[in-house]
Amino acid sequence: MNPKYYGWGFPIDISKHGWQIDQLITILHVFMAVLFIGWFAFFIYTIIRFRQRPGHKAEFHIKHFKTPTYLEAGVALTEFVLLFAFSIPLWHFFRNEMPPKDKSLQVRVVAEQFAWNIHYPGKDGAFGKTDPKLISATNPLGLDPNDPEGKDDIITLNQLHIPVDMPVIVDLSSKDVIHSFTLPVMRVKQDAIPGQMIPVWFEAKSTGNFEIACAQLCGLGHYRMRGFFIVESKADFGKWLDGQAAEKVSQ
Amino acid sequence: MIRYISKPHPITGVTNSKLGVWCFLASEVMLFGGLFSAFLMLRIGADSWPHGWELLNVPLATMNTLFLITSSVTMVMAWASLALKDIKKYRLYMAATILLGIGFLIVKGFEYAHKFEGHHFPSTNNFYAIYFTLTGLHGLHVLGGVLVNTYFLFPGSGLWKKDPDQFMGRVEAAGLYWHFVDLVWIFLFPVLYLL
Amino acid sequence: MAGRTGRRKGFAVSDQHHSNELPFWRQYIFSQDHKVIGMQYAVTGLLFLLFGFCLMMLMRWQLAYPGKPLPFLGNFLAESPVMPGGIMLPEFYNQLGAMHGTIMVFMGVVPLAVGGFGNFVLPLQIGAPDMAFPKLNMMSYWFYFIGGVIMIASFFIPGGAAQSGWTSYPPLSNIAPLGQTFWLIGMAFLINSSLLGSINFIVTTVQLRAEGLSFFRLPFFVWSQFVTSFLLLLAFPPLMAAAVLQLMDRLAGSSFFMPSGLVVNGATTPWAGGGSPILWQHLFWFLAHPEVYVLILPAMGIVAEVMSCNTRKPLYGYKALVYSVIFLGFLSFIVWAHHMFLTSMGTQMNSFFQITTMIISIPSVVILTTLILSLWGGSIRFTVPMLFALAFLPMFGIGGLTGLPLGLAASDIHLHDTYYVIGHFHYVVAPGTIFALFAGVYHWFPKVTGRKMSDILGKIHFWFSFVFINGVFMPMFIMGLAGVSRRLYDPVQYAHAQSVQPLNVFISICAWCLGLAQIPFIINFFSSIFFGKKVDDNPWEATTLEWTVPSPPPHGNFAKPPVVYRGPYEYSVPGCAKDFLPQNLPAGQAGAAEVK
Repeated sequence: MNPKYYGWGFPIDISKHGWQIDQLITILHVFMAVLFIGWFAFFIYTIIRFRQRPGHKAEFHIKHFKTPTYLEAGVALTEFVLLFAFSIPLWHFFRNEMPPKDKSLQVRVVAEQFAWNIHYPGKDGAFGKTDPKLISATNPLGLDPNDPEGKDDIITLNQLHIPVDMPVIVDLSSKDVIHSFTLPVMRVKQDAIPGQMIPVWFEAKSTGNFEIACAQLCGLGHYRMRGFFIVESKADFGKWLDGQAAEKVSQ
Repeated sequence: MIRYISKPHPITGVTNSKLGVWCFLASEVMLFGGLFSAFLMLRIGADSWPHGWELLNVPLATMNTLFLITSSVTMVMAWASLALKDIKKYRLYMAATILLGIGFLIVKGFEYAHKFEGHHFPSTNNFYAIYFTLTGLHGLHVLGGVLVNTYFLFPGSGLWKKDPDQFMGRVEAAGLYWHFVDLVWIFLFPVLYLL
Repeated sequence: MAGRTGRRKGFAVSDQHHSNELPFWRQYIFSQDHKVIGMQYAVTGLLFLLFGFCLMMLMRWQLAYPGKPLPFLGNFLAESPVMPGGIMLPEFYNQLGAMHGTIMVFMGVVPLAVGGFGNFVLPLQIGAPDMAFPKLNMMSYWFYFIGGVIMIASFFIPGGAAQSGWTSYPPLSNIAPLGQTFWLIGMAFLINSSLLGSINFIVTTVQLRAEGLSFFRLPFFVWSQFVTSFLLLLAFPPLMAAAVLQLMDRLAGSSFFMPSGLVVNGATTPWAGGGSPILWQHLFWFLAHPEVYVLILPAMGIVAEVMSCNTRKPLYGYKALVYSVIFLGFLSFIVWAHHMFLTSMGTQMNSFFQITTMIISIPSVVILTTLILSLWGGSIRFTVPMLFALAFLPMFGIGGLTGLPLGLAASDIHLHDTYYVIGHFHYVVAPGTIFALFAGVYHWFPKVTGRKMSDILGKIHFWFSFVFINGVFMPMFIMGLAGVSRRLYDPVQYAHAQSVQPLNVFISICAWCLGLAQIPFIINFFSSIFFGKKVDDNPWEATTLEWTVPSPPPHGNFAKPPVVYRGPYEYSVPGCAKDFLPQNLPAGQAGAAEVK
């Protein structure tokens, strides 16, 4: 039986750090609700109290209201706090504070119309050289067969397996148009831009079978650019990787 | 009916066409600015970028620069002749401006033809791409100015008899546009050819 | 008006515009009269709005019932290449999406709000006989028309219309079929139309104001059109530059937006490479962000006029409104990259644009609060235009507030390119701007035609539209929080989207009902032209100058140039017999002191 991952509202969060994004969004919505309810209540009150009726005249001279100035100052202050105490540090954390390479899993994800190519470096921890001229049906990333570092590389189609409780650094790119690599359950989203290799990192804290989605219109197959995102125990992940390597040798 | 066509507004001090042309030039600054920004972004992001003087004809472009600068002078002289009520001198200077503009376009034509003969197209690399685009759009603006000036030399000059102030205002507006086209070239020339 | 020649003081007279001497095609087709041009813009704009909405209603079938043949209409389209068997193809869905956005923004809302209302009302409100450049005005309409024809024609060419989103991001748009080239050329015409129009508006507002009409006595509508014109003038050219660059990429093989080493469908591309897809995004959004303020500012102007008139009191905080709208105009040029947070621009750029985006929310908050406060102490008449203007306020509130999680980069990580974004911007434009435009139609219809639109049909139109439009866009926030991406042809391929699919059905039904709710408006609009109740020149008892001329105004508008003695919102002035003082009523009459 599949556990319920998705409903009306946030998807399940299996990431170590994604809760901070959820928290920021929740705080924002509380702030937005306060503002809206305040405005709306005042609005309804005034249109009822000041509706046109016999014996009631409009006032030409209205005294200056002080409350709106406090409101605007409060909004400005809240936004200042949201920026400098939440969003900017959080962004810096997610984009600049990469986990140490020796403690993380390195993976390359190369998007194309309409699939995700996942490239593992293999036991030597080094990625083989790639060349667009070598790309073919059997060699989707153009891996150079003469490069010794590429001999143990594993390339899958739409299968992103990662071990739980270990940081993963994904180097993201694209072969053709702009895509956007999205892992809803990890609160990860990053545009995959051809000509660039963009790092994005994350760490899962629970196992399960989830999905990769594309979040940037990439052509007529954009809606079906679904990949499999599987988080498993370190042991299971090792077994899967070995299985992939064995398959590759036997081909 | 509509005021301040020929005489300036008492507070703003300008006629409608003068203010209109300044607004138009502001938008043209943004247009060429957009293209210059594109040039900057491409150049900064490029692994290697050739020197303009290696690939382009600097002497021809220098001559073109002189053509345009001179034509700006003759354009001012044309307007000044109108202020001095000398319609014959106006025609002379306006014709000179037009001829210099046509000269610029002919030289440009030679430049382009030479590039195409050498199989250098916008598709060759981004240096040529931005070169052709920037100078091409600028060239279209020169052509537009030449056409407008020709109109003011021949059919449009009939307005001089009916409303000399309005005609002078139109020539002044055309002059402002022409100076702007010259100014764009003053930026284009060093950026593309000399750097 | 008899023909006049000669010159007096600062006047120069051109006597080409006398209505009783012009042939039909120069009076109604190639007219240079701002009122005729305004009506041309308005009617064309309304038709495109309807067309763009129909495209969306078609898309909503596929979203609610993916893969099912369209009933009725599907039978007619069953043989067509885009909807074989009545089921639309993904390419067609993408075309509908891209063109819906393009048509609504560039051919619907802006032409109606600026070209329609701006052209008709602005010269009247400043006491001018026409725009400063009538010929240019006419040209700007026909450029728009041609641009529109090119856009619509693109549906019928091989490969169909543009299908890379209204945002046209390369490399996708560079490799797209011919329709994208049509889009670029169409945009060039639309951009030039706006350019000519904005020059006209700026010069007219600066130069042709009536005697006594200082800038701080201008109706807020004029201010909003004035600032909007600067946005159009200065923000559109970089998009023109971008369109030129993309045309060069597509037609001349340059690589402005194409990086090296691209492989599409297993084959290398003919482009040399070395370009940047992000360059397009910067140039595009440099326009497109100010463009959204072009969408909202005229709407705020209309709401201000309708509200002051229907509360019978001056707007609260007129100066704050004016300064805010000017500040908003400036700031709108430096927030654009908040649309690009996920393109790895670098933390410093991200932070800069987050900060400017937060700052720009301040003038918006000031404007919304000031408008709501303008209700206080009023005597509120719930006329049909007022219903729409009032609804604008909370709807714009929701739209503006939902921009906050998007404007902060960290929360944008989860919400970027999801339905949350669609909900956000539609709240601002649809129950926001478009409601304000409806308010403007009902409000100024009597001035254009001399007749009022039916109140009953108007109220039906309002209430049903209000209910259903909220039904369409409110659920989208839930879908966005659930992580559902935009522009999905088949919404149930992703597991995280399947759970909210019932919302898609609900939204589609509300959208079709919203479409039906426009029928009373269409009937009302056309029948009232011929059978509407005839009214006098100032049926709303408003103070601004357009209400001092006959309905419809004659050519040249004012029999003699008006003189202005007071501000634009002198309603319920103590000691006056009537509860409003027209701006051109001489001082000392009606027994009231003047307010500067």
